Amino acid sequence: MKVGIIGIGHGKFGNRSDATVQELAFEPFKEAIENANNLRREDIDALIVGSVPEYHMQRSLPGVVAEYVGMNPKSTWLTEAACASGSAAIRTAYMSIKSGMHDIVAVIGVQKMRELSTEEILALMGRVGDVQWESIFGTTFPGYYALYAKRHMYEFGTTKEQMALVAVKNHFYGAMNPYAFFQKEVTKERVLGSDDVASPVNVFDCCANADGAACVILTNEKLAKKFNDTPIWFEGLGSASAQMSLLRRPNLVEIPSAIEAAKQAYSQAKVKPSDISVADVHDCFTIAEIMAYENLGFCDKGKGGKFIEEKQSYIGGQTPVNVDGGLKAKGHPVGATGVSMTTEIVKQLRGEAGKRQVSGAEIGLTHNVGGIGQYTFVNILKR
Amino acid sequence: MPFKYFGKINFTPYTKVDKFSDYLQKGKLMGTKCKICGELYFPPRADCLKCMSDTFQWIEFSGRGKLHSFTKIYAAPKGFEDIAPYTLGVVDLEEGGRLISWIGDIPENDLKINMKVKVVPRMFEEIPEIKLYYTIEKQ
Ligand SMILES: [Zn+2]
Repeated sequence: MKVGIIGIGHGKFGNRSDATVQELAFEPFKEAIENANNLRREDIDALIVGSVPEYHMQRSLPGVVAEYVGMNPKSTWLTEAACASGSAAIRTAYMSIKSGMHDIVAVIGVQKMRELSTEEILALMGRVGDVQWESIFGTTFPGYYALYAKRHMYEFGTTKEQMALVAVKNHFYGAMNPYAFFQKEVTKERVLGSDDVASPVNVFDCCANADGAACVILTNEKLAKKFNDTPIWFEGLGSASAQMSLLRRPNLVEIPSAIEAAKQAYSQAKVKPSDISVADVHDCFTIAEIMAYENLGFCDKGKGGKFIEEKQSYIGGQTPVNVDGGLKAKGHPVGATGVSMTTEIVKQLRGEAGKRQVSGAEIGLTHNVGGIGQYTFVNILKR
Repeated sequence: MPFKYFGKINFTPYTKVDKFSDYLQKGKLMGTKCKICGELYFPPRADCLKCMSDTFQWIEFSGRGKLHSFTKIYAAPKGFEDIAPYTLGVVDLEEGGRLISWIGDIPENDLKINMKVKVVPRMFEEIPEIKLYYTIEKQ
């Protein structure tokens, strides 16, 4: 039996010092229920929260979220896979329904990253790699992707200009997305002239920490039509892991977990990369989107830079990518990101993306990477 | 010298491979070798990834290798602000395995991927709590 999405909701991403984490969670949850036809909150059997707990002052997040959104005494729990926690929650929801354990499951991806001080966030981020052999030298999250970028440049001739073009594209679309943190276009020159973070990564090559929440409601094939005329179906779900330590990765030019997860998703959905109408990929850094093109098979290995240069990831190109602005323009509330990507693909497949609509979109893909590729989830959705 | 002295800030004072820091203090860069299947490890591992054996021996690494990638960190995490900006390199070691560390005395313009380098054990001698580390130098 197929599993599909019947309701979606998306809160405003950005600096949300106006709300607590549970208040953020409430916004897309309410919207997702209203987005489905005649769905009542009581119909939902379980609530899965995707989030990274370390960022919040509140401990044990599902407890406070379930209470605030009014899901007690229904089942609730947390899934965590760093920046891919939202997609991990969706995968858990899919399994819950597929197994017959639950009929209707809500997934809320939520994160409030600006609750902690900058020093605390930097300290947390400094420990994103292997703490025994790497973090002791002051490695950082952008630093890891910088090491990837440098090697990618060396092996394939990828340039800083090509990386900058990813930011230009994502801000171009982000300017049309009312939920995005940054709704402004940027020029290539502005990106290249922005401050150094970890060479060759500049500030404008990085996504921003943000607060935000998104929600999707899933159900089985039997019930879906009752709540939505156009349910969007999960056709392939890939999930894989890779070494925590960069020192044990086979190379520094690709994310092995992404390649493996994509392979699983394509094979389960019985589609090819060229069949994908629209994709939302994990552009935590501009080099990450370039590697995503390659790892997902949108272009050959090493040709990711060329792919953006030729505008193949714009609407009208071969495979439109991140036409919601990506993490780059939307901001990256880590637990919410995978769910946010999924809501965008649902909108695209329903034909509800407005100015950013990819016309005739039939098959969509999400690619959500946790950490520096320790976890990757790739989902393929169909109308 | 206890493993807690390895690194500018050490997050893992307790480990089955804590002898690493004793050797480093004596100027030796040590990896591990699985006693059953012979697999070499750097960073050291107490338990073999390949055959799951939990018996290992220490093997001295030459420190020679090639620079795999590098980056200059401008935005440093907590505890490293005082040394920023600093350049990190990833080295593919001659015997196998990889490490990450600070680039030592190599001028920025001389840094090239694939250049021959040597990893040199060091101490923060100027700090009362002596800390152990290693740097990447020209071969
Ligand atoms: Zn072995």
